[in-house]
Amino acid sequence: MKTATLMLLIPFCLPNGSLVGQGLAPDSWPTYAGDYSQRRYSTLRQIDQTNVRHLTLAWVRRLTAGPDAGEGSWFGPPPGPPAITGGVAEQPVTMPGATSGSPRLSGSILQVNGILYVSSPDNAWAVDALDGHVLWHYWWKSRGGIHIGNRGMAMYGDWLYFETPDDYLVSLDAKTGQERWHKEIADFSQQYFSTTAPVVVGDHVLVGTGDDLDAPGFLQSFDPQTGDLQWKFYTVPMNQGDPGLETWASLDAARHGGAQVWIPGSYDPETQAYIFGTGNPTPAYTARLRAPGDTHTNLYTCSVVAVNVNTGKLAWYFQTSPNDTHDWDATQAPVLFDGMFAGKPRKMTMQASRNGYFFVLDRTTGEHLLTAKYSDAANWAETVNAKGQPVRNAAKDNTVAGSLVSPDNGGATNWHPPSYDPRTGLLYVVLRACSWGWEAASRTSWDRSARPSSRLITRRASSLGNTGSPAEVVPVCSRRRAVCCSPTTDPGAWWPLACGGGGPRCRSGMPGSARSRTLRRPTPWTVGSMCS
Amino acid sequence: MHSRRPVRFPGMVIIAFAATMCARESSAQAPPRAAQATQAGRDGDRVPDYPVRPPAPPQQVSHGQQLFKSNCSFCHGSDARGGEAGPNLVRDEVVLRDQNGELITPIVQNGIPAQGMPRFGLSAAEITDIAAWLHSQPLSDRGAPSTLDVLVGNAKEGEAYFNGAGRCTQCHLATGDLAGIGSRYEPKTIQNLIVSGGGGGRMRRRSAGAAPPVKAPPTTVTVTLPSGRRVQGELDHLSAFVVALRDSAGTYHSFARHDSIPKVVVTNPLQWHIDRLPRWRDADIHDLTAYLVTLK
Repeated sequence: MKTATLMLLIPFCLPNGSLVGQGLAPDSWPTYAGDYSQRRYSTLRQIDQTNVRHLTLAWVRRLTAGPDAGEGSWFGPPPGPPAITGGVAEQPVTMPGATSGSPRLSGSILQVNGILYVSSPDNAWAVDALDGHVLWHYWWKSRGGIHIGNRGMAMYGDWLYFETPDDYLVSLDAKTGQERWHKEIADFSQQYFSTTAPVVVGDHVLVGTGDDLDAPGFLQSFDPQTGDLQWKFYTVPMNQGDPGLETWASLDAARHGGAQVWIPGSYDPETQAYIFGTGNPTPAYTARLRAPGDTHTNLYTCSVVAVNVNTGKLAWYFQTSPNDTHDWDATQAPVLFDGMFAGKPRKMTMQASRNGYFFVLDRTTGEHLLTAKYSDAANWAETVNAKGQPVRNAAKDNTVAGSLVSPDNGGATNWHPPSYDPRTGLLYVVLRACSWGWEAASRTSWDRSARPSSRLITRRASSLGNTGSPAEVVPVCSRRRAVCCSPTTDPGAWWPLACGGGGPRCRSGMPGSARSRTLRRPTPWTVGSMCS
Repeated sequence: MHSRRPVRFPGMVIIAFAATMCARESSAQAPPRAAQATQAGRDGDRVPDYPVRPPAPPQQVSHGQQLFKSNCSFCHGSDARGGEAGPNLVRDEVVLRDQNGELITPIVQNGIPAQGMPRFGLSAAEITDIAAWLHSQPLSDRGAPSTLDVLVGNAKEGEAYFNGAGRCTQCHLATGDLAGIGSRYEPKTIQNLIVSGGGGGRMRRRSAGAAPPVKAPPTTVTVTLPSGRRVQGELDHLSAFVVALRDSAGTYHSFARHDSIPKVVVTNPLQWHIDRLPRWRDADIHDLTAYLVTLK
């Protein structure tokens, strides 16, 4: 990695030592998760449980997407500066929230040297953290694509990077908002769309994309200065002889197998491994054609994958949902942490996965250490196999009349990042607590799935709680709460948390604010609810 | 099991497909300068991701489907998303660019001998119909409409469950609130109502299109303040920090929560349905559905 890492930032040693992926200043937030460990835990101590309730509003800034500067805020600074325009579309699409109106902010905001860097689909802003005035606003003219969200930007020195729904990586000058360059990162005609935040590691900009059709997933590394492609790692076998091909019905199935990389990964400087999760196999909801046999696990879909950042080569993987039929991407942040496991010091990573299970792995080797169910409701697997993977219960796959499954399509958790408190050894996860849905196959697509052919079929499933035609699709029950997963043998106490929403924890702050309301001590390796 | 016939030229097919992939690959990996230089030209001539075309008449589409099935599905799959020997056509560049057969016709009529595709003696009009069907195929599987067939249960078993093990009669009457439910709703709606209790997700805003077909009784809350004062009403919001409600006069109240103060008691009339979720057997749901649809 060679610490070209975020040159702006002052290397910093935490007093407690033994922390992972640090080297970033404690009072900045220069990358998606604040640091490379993705633990989202701030060591700042000024705000704690004695004063948190005295926090008051300092300013409000209304951001306006698109080319117009907007009306300014309700109070405070005047309208922002005119947008700097980029983009390749001759006739840009019109989309409220991207070309006009209020954007949906659903990503991490960077903070470096008192400047906030905010992004939404097609838009990026620099905002003065002291008074909220907009320093610059960049707007990308879009040729379309799914505008579901933008998870944030990456930073390298004075340069920013963000991805657009129409599959460009755009680099901006952080001081002026002027575009440095843009590079096409995926084939738009194959319905790739890009939401994730890039991550800068050394002289690599690591870039994932998304796709819901049946295109292959990949992670790419670009040169931060020139934008040149350094390497491209496919998450499914693409050629004869590729490892993992034997886990697919055919090469063609693998090449259309999905495994998209749409949430940023973690980075372990010691092994120079970028550790990230991959999405579901496609076609979603049915395994018959891509995985007709027991050995067809469809690598590396629904997996935690480690890739060497310098070579782009696979270091190890662990698959959390072999042969998934429920659309449960395992893209959730793999949080890095060090500690004792079974009496031995270990360097580990853990993931609370969308499928309702929690996994702990040795992050230097990928060795599986632990599997625990963190969503009580999860009913799709009856056993865990010798490798630590939940084994799908075929009765809970899609049926013509429907089967009641938990989690629903959205999963036990989704993109909302967890956070880890090293003092207590607890991982805090946003659990979609009451997440149930129908998974049903329409008669025609069921018949098609049964067709004796190895070819890919996109078929559809309905899920309660998911979108679709209203008569068929109704959310049964969906609430959010926080749970904690305890990866160490000294789990501490349960602390109630705010329900809903991911985000940073403070060393001296929020979880502790309710310490007096300790609910119960969990047994080691258990997980459970804190808000209901 | 997975092939209907031996593939005659597997090597050729793989090579042809690999060539396509390589072409794509190299354009992505081309030096950025070169890519930039051709950017304008490429964008002017891009493959549309969601092509816009006027919908073809249904007869034309269905005729096209018949022709496709008898001539093309052998290689390309009956859904055109690829078969043993032929690639996926739905996402094929030519098909995406094609408006009404003008680009597809020469390929079908001339074949692509190098890739093992023979020529077909179809007329331009017939190929136009095939194109109309191809263009009617959804490009993405998510959000596409589907038809469910939920009536697989046993109505008698469902009735027994309703009156017995399910204890549904504690709240419901087949001749009372549920009378005629089989005439009022589609089976799939009834099945969803059984499971959800009618309200869908509690405390979850529903999109306008997904309004529940029945009016479910609201969740209520009683907040008891340290002074002993009690405020009751329909629950609006509940978190670890705030509880909010609307009282019978329509007035909105919200209270900060600190530890267990004030005391909050939530009553959800559909709690049975929520508690039932982890315990349902799919067969019971299907049987109940089959029974309730008989309540005409």
